[in-house]
Amino acid sequence: MSVKSVKCDCGHINHEGTVLCEACGKPIEGNQHIDGNDEKHVLEMRYEGSARRSKTYKRTFIDKTWAFFSSVKVGVWLIVITLVLSALGTIYPQEKFKNSPLPSSQFYVEEYGLTGKIFYQLGFHNMYDSWWYITLVALIGVSLIICSIDRYVPLRRALKNQKTKRHEIFVKRQRLVSEDNNLTEDDLNQLKTNLKSKRYKVYEDDGHIMAEKNRFSRWGAYVNHIGLIIILIAAIFRMFEVMHVEDYVWVREGETRVIPSTNQEYYVKNEEFIYEVYDPVQQEQFRMALEDVENPVPKNFQTNAIIYKAVGETITGQEPELEEVERGEVRLNQPVTFDGYSLYQAGTQVESEYDSMTFTVSLEDESLGEFTFDTDDAPPQFELESGTTVNVDGWFPELEFTESGPSSFSKFPRNPGMILSVENPETNNLERFFYLQEDIVPLSDENQLAVEVTEVDRRSASGLSVKKDYTLPLFGVGAAIFMIGVVQGLYWYHRRIWIHPKDGKYLIGVHTNKNWFGMKQELDKVTSGTNVGEFTDQQEMK
Amino acid sequence: MEKKKKRLVFRTIVLSVLVLTLIFVLVVNANQDRPKLEEGDPAPNFKLDRLDQEGETIELADLEGQGVMINFWATYCEPCKEEMPYMDQLYEEYNDQGIEIIAVSVDKNEIVINNFYNSLDLSFPSVHDKNETVMEAYEVIPLPTSYFINPDGTIERVVQGPLTLERLEEYFLEILPQ
Amino acid sequence: MDFYSISSGFLYATFFIYLIATAFFGMTLGNKRDDNKKSKATKYAMIFTIIGFISQLTSYIFRWLEAGHIPVSNMFEYVYFFGMMLILAFIVIHYVYGISALGLIALPVAIVVIGYGSMFPQEVAPLVPSLQSSWLYIHVTTVGLAQAILAISFIAGMLFLIVKVDQSVRSKETTFLELIIYGILSTIGFIILSTTFGAMDYEAVFTKEIDGYQEEIEYDMPALFAPHDSEIITEDRFASGLETPGWMQGVDAGPKLNSLVLSLVVGLILYAIIRLILRQRVAAYLQPKFGKISPDVVDDIMYRAVAIGFPLFTLGGLIFAAIWAQEAWGRFWGWDPKEVWALVTWFFYAVFLHLRLAKGWHGKKSAWLAVIGFVIIMFNLIVINLVIAGLHSYA
Repeated sequence: MSVKSVKCDCGHINHEGTVLCEACGKPIEGNQHIDGNDEKHVLEMRYEGSARRSKTYKRTFIDKTWAFFSSVKVGVWLIVITLVLSALGTIYPQEKFKNSPLPSSQFYVEEYGLTGKIFYQLGFHNMYDSWWYITLVALIGVSLIICSIDRYVPLRRALKNQKTKRHEIFVKRQRLVSEDNNLTEDDLNQLKTNLKSKRYKVYEDDGHIMAEKNRFSRWGAYVNHIGLIIILIAAIFRMFEVMHVEDYVWVREGETRVIPSTNQEYYVKNEEFIYEVYDPVQQEQFRMALEDVENPVPKNFQTNAIIYKAVGETITGQEPELEEVERGEVRLNQPVTFDGYSLYQAGTQVESEYDSMTFTVSLEDESLGEFTFDTDDAPPQFELESGTTVNVDGWFPELEFTESGPSSFSKFPRNPGMILSVENPETNNLERFFYLQEDIVPLSDENQLAVEVTEVDRRSASGLSVKKDYTLPLFGVGAAIFMIGVVQGLYWYHRRIWIHPKDGKYLIGVHTNKNWFGMKQELDKVTSGTNVGEFTDQQEMK
Repeated sequence: MEKKKKRLVFRTIVLSVLVLTLIFVLVVNANQDRPKLEEGDPAPNFKLDRLDQEGETIELADLEGQGVMINFWATYCEPCKEEMPYMDQLYEEYNDQGIEIIAVSVDKNEIVINNFYNSLDLSFPSVHDKNETVMEAYEVIPLPTSYFINPDGTIERVVQGPLTLERLEEYFLEILPQ
Repeated sequence: MDFYSISSGFLYATFFIYLIATAFFGMTLGNKRDDNKKSKATKYAMIFTIIGFISQLTSYIFRWLEAGHIPVSNMFEYVYFFGMMLILAFIVIHYVYGISALGLIALPVAIVVIGYGSMFPQEVAPLVPSLQSSWLYIHVTTVGLAQAILAISFIAGMLFLIVKVDQSVRSKETTFLELIIYGILSTIGFIILSTTFGAMDYEAVFTKEIDGYQEEIEYDMPALFAPHDSEIITEDRFASGLETPGWMQGVDAGPKLNSLVLSLVVGLILYAIIRLILRQRVAAYLQPKFGKISPDVVDDIMYRAVAIGFPLFTLGGLIFAAIWAQEAWGRFWGWDPKEVWALVTWFFYAVFLHLRLAKGWHGKKSAWLAVIGFVIIMFNLIVINLVIAGLHSYA
């Protein structure tokens, strides 16, 4: 037993730092400053006057650190700092939203001037992943845990040890008090009945009565803190690839692609991409809104996808044997899920590329045959039935002209250019043509043959994000526990009424942890039909 | 006194766990953007059809004992094309000493790869990563990216961006079989 | 009569009815009137409030029928819903606590809020793919209700401050209180400007070169601040010669800054006129009018509103929002500006509750926090949507 423990007049032995005796509630001399009871008449009941450990000894470094984090004030400051910084981070877009090819070091200063430069130099452009932001959130977590431990343990003990029979001073210094009541046996019985009907538990000891209800409400704060801690733990788990994967893939119509971050186990085929817009004629009610904007309003983005799984061992680079595992329509708000992964409709390039172009070759209006150039798989040479040969001398998927002539900006056939040379047994001459923008330009005036574009086939590209997140249930559990704790703590009230006999009269003290307005209304009902006098609110605001 | 000691131990444990968790989280966070494939790791195996020799394939695993340079490139990437002559020049010199080059093109259409390969009269194996699976396995983002693989199959060096003749030779020497 | 016209008709009626209700609430004030008259005034005020609410609800339902989806998909509709929930929350609070003075703040605030929302395009618009989800109903309505309840805490806070701030000397508190009133007047200023120049079909067009293209920028109010480096092309239109500073980005930076400054100017004029008439601080004038109300009860309303609004906001603004984000984008949290501000709001009310429940911040301190909380909510609704705008850009 600690040397410094305090023995109350009632005989109960309290821990060092106790403000109100755990058993009878009598204020312990010399400790009243801890809860500020020395300055007010009404006793501070928030922690039942229990000995919060952090308030007791602060000798070692550990104790000091503990005391620091167990302070609500520190916790509140941490939240306020995080709140202000979070808000500041939204002044300019975060790095990942900046949507510019410029590097961040130039982007912020060029786009936003001096303030942008400061924003960048302070590291606010990448705030929410930064080590200091994570540290701040973690410190809130530390404060949450230590505050909870430091308060929960002594509070629970104090409530467990409380006696029905309380010290007079304790009852008198409650916020709602009614003194000098002349109560008959009938009055007391009526009171007890009323209390029970209001779901109070009524205890009696030597003429003293205590009624209590909803003690569990006091634990609400700790329950919701546990919920928050679970959410923070879930956030830590989410940092690992085993638990959480995020990737992105563009799939063109007709194309089958490996789904990234799945160890090349899964493939996705884009069977068809569907893009629909609202029609102001069909949907009359939207006419005004639709005619107000320049561009059509999209109604649907949809990828008809087939998911395959690679069977057996395939060496990377070889065509795997694929087995269909899922088939579905990926839409915004409607992902397709397979084996723990989900595909989300995330990006669209509607009809942005050429899939194929069909040409006819003719000599003096007589057709020499036709051929189709498939932009991905075309062979370098086409033999037409008439014996005509078409060679693809140059292929520029996204044509641009540089100093060294035509070249390509990318591999995607968004604006293709092509150099064709056609050899015909009759003309016996190599004639060259240039294809660009769905048209053919002969490269020499002497060309006798004619090449024409007869058909072009376009395709859309669909951007799909790939996600796997096994931490979701944990976040869900955390959120649920948080909500339960909040409701438990805010919507039920821990209420106690002490009836204290004194010189043939009765002193009544009332405590509720919240909602004094409701307590007063409940008291009217509890005391109805009895001779209990008016209650004075010793703390009412004037 | 016993009680006080216990309390100190309890507080020390709780605080240490919290501090260690924080450090752990910060370390994990700092490493989040680091590539998974790093120098020293075994190079992922792959097998692709050769464009320069019809019907032939090339598989990385078969090249054990040789130093291998895997060069990811594309025809629309100018710096990629600029380093090709250096690679060809050194290939003639080092191929006999046990260095192999695999030029992995990530273009879509083979016409452009072959046109370029033939126009420079290159001699090292040319392959086409049509489905971009090799690119995915090697986490290639910018082009060109070159991997230099030791004879034992581990990655000696990863180079993002074009190489000069001198540096290329220097890196070849690093992976030269003994 | 189509549904849209019926809806608009009821909306106009609603404004009118709320104004009548406000007038009746006004009659409940003052110490000279006898209690009997006061309670009669309260009764009529409440009757009109409820009729107004029913009218607004009817308008809302007809709009819903017209659109085929719940009207919470743009700025006008959301603010409209928020205003409606504000009135509903007030009606409920009134029957629990019976403080009619609350109505004298709640109704004008609701009128200003709905009026502000009405300045945005009111056409019924179809849902873009990202909004086509049942979570739109759940997430947005819960947030709207939660914010309305939190707004009740602001209204109670205002009432508390009007009654309790010492008006005998000038202090920081009296200044801030006047600032809040000035803020409300500026919003009215914006409504007056938009309505007046809207009725005149005012338009001034400027051209400006952006990324090598000539862009046309339209102003629907006189341009106090022209766009940076621009030229006016409409004739006979006011040009002050002032320009929007170059660091303000975006095509619409000019008109946005212009509307803001003009609204603040009109707000200042309104405030000056009121001050001239009253010859004292507005809050000082109001203080005796509100007479004897129980500060404890108002304080309790303030707390109770947060105690209900906070969990509801957590549910709607964070949990439901996260579930929907997970379903639509595959990530439940993405640090989008709107998400960050939801978190900021949540943090703020968490601080409110901690200071109140663990540190004993009651009364005035708590009231100031309730006011700041509402400022944060309005900031999220207005500034984030209109200026910063991430994935949630409405207007």
